[in-house]
Amino acid sequence: MDNSRIEKIIERIKAKDVRVVSRLIRNIEDRIPEAKEIVKRIYPYTGGAKVIGITGAPGAGKSTITDFLITSFRKKGKTVGVLAVDPTSPFTGGALLGDRVRMQSHAGDDGVFIRSLATRGALGGLSAAVEDAIYVLDFMGKDIIIVETVGTGQSEVDIMNNAHTILVVLTPGMGDDVQTIKAGIMEIADIFVINKGDHPNTTKLYMDLMRALDMVQSFPGNWRPPIVKLESIANPIKFAQQVDELREKIEEHFRFLEDKDIFEERERRKARVQLINAVKSQMLYPILERLEEDGELEKMIKGIVKKEASPYNYAEDIRERFLREEV
Amino acid sequence: MAKRKLRIMVAKPGLDGHDRGARILARFFRDCGYEVIYTGCHQTPEQIVEAALQEDVDLIGLSCLSGAHKELFPKVVKLLREKGADDIVVIGGGIIPKQDFQYLYDAGIKEVFTPGTPLEEIKEWIDKNVKVEDKVL
Repeated sequence: MDNSRIEKIIERIKAKDVRVVSRLIRNIEDRIPEAKEIVKRIYPYTGGAKVIGITGAPGAGKSTITDFLITSFRKKGKTVGVLAVDPTSPFTGGALLGDRVRMQSHAGDDGVFIRSLATRGALGGLSAAVEDAIYVLDFMGKDIIIVETVGTGQSEVDIMNNAHTILVVLTPGMGDDVQTIKAGIMEIADIFVINKGDHPNTTKLYMDLMRALDMVQSFPGNWRPPIVKLESIANPIKFAQQVDELREKIEEHFRFLEDKDIFEERERRKARVQLINAVKSQMLYPILERLEEDGELEKMIKGIVKKEASPYNYAEDIRERFLREEV
Repeated sequence: MAKRKLRIMVAKPGLDGHDRGARILARFFRDCGYEVIYTGCHQTPEQIVEAALQEDVDLIGLSCLSGAHKELFPKVVKLLREKGADDIVVIGGGIIPKQDFQYLYDAGIKEVFTPGTPLEEIKEWIDKNVKVEDKVL
């Protein structure tokens, strides 16, 4: 590995060279070894940024809210980095990354850096890539980092573990009764946002949510997730004011986290996910990639379809081949 | 290491709001397996270039149906050069008269694809002419 090249890249990141930062994120996504080395070196200098996660169903309004949050934080003189995650097509491997459309008003502001990422499927290692991308944006000097994702797959829920404050965006009348919302999402929310709150079913959603929260025995650190209501974007001035209030709630949560016990518990939760991701990325993915490149994976797939052996048989063979110790 | 995915931006500079063609191309590119950043309508060349750098794209496809292509397309190329990002390939499409093609080529637009071009032809051109450049770092 070229050490002087690595040092040069790190200097360029500190100098906030946009393209170098974006290319590094790309190299992280593509699992280029040099990129991993760079992340290892900058890691000790990270931790200055506050990370906000925002998740919710498609169409809930996450990108629009993110757009207004950027404005709100910029008013306070904070610099903002955004990682906008969109799904990769499982059939074609391509992705239409359209979150940026809602945030283009910030394109002239060099205090704002927006990067779109595709989920890239099960072997993609999304969670690890986002983790590392957060370190890069942190090292680049961003005060606030917003990670936006649709919270469907497990890896997208995992991403939220990188955040200090997690916003779950809900909208009334989507047929999504609070009771049917998946456990993971409900449990990780630090703040609930009801968007499009001028809709007639808003009251029902609000009451359902309050009742669901009332049934929780105890909240870590006694932080009961507040519910913030945002009304229609048709009145942007009012919307902006309400997002300012949302920002204040977020900052309140940041202050709440300064309490040692809570912070440590969350760091532990995050470290656990990071460790599992690291192990997967160092062990599982390289094995699967090698088998794919060798054509072995395809042979096994054919064998499964022909009922020659079950997936477990193949998995056992793989384990025999690659692991030295008994697990 | 897996083959690197191309990142393509589809952008509409200027005041032209007719984005059906751009959307069709964006979806087609996704189906080709590329990662597509769609920035929507009413973008200035500055916004497009800024987004292209932040997203580390390999190709920018500009769409214009209002006749402002001779003004706006070269502006994008010029800004990319100023930012040291002239390795990003720029192509154009929309309502562009044949007699304007040479002007655009001279300004740095690598190819122009107007309505009626088979989508497969565009894909073949991209696979042949656009690579993930190592020049960035």
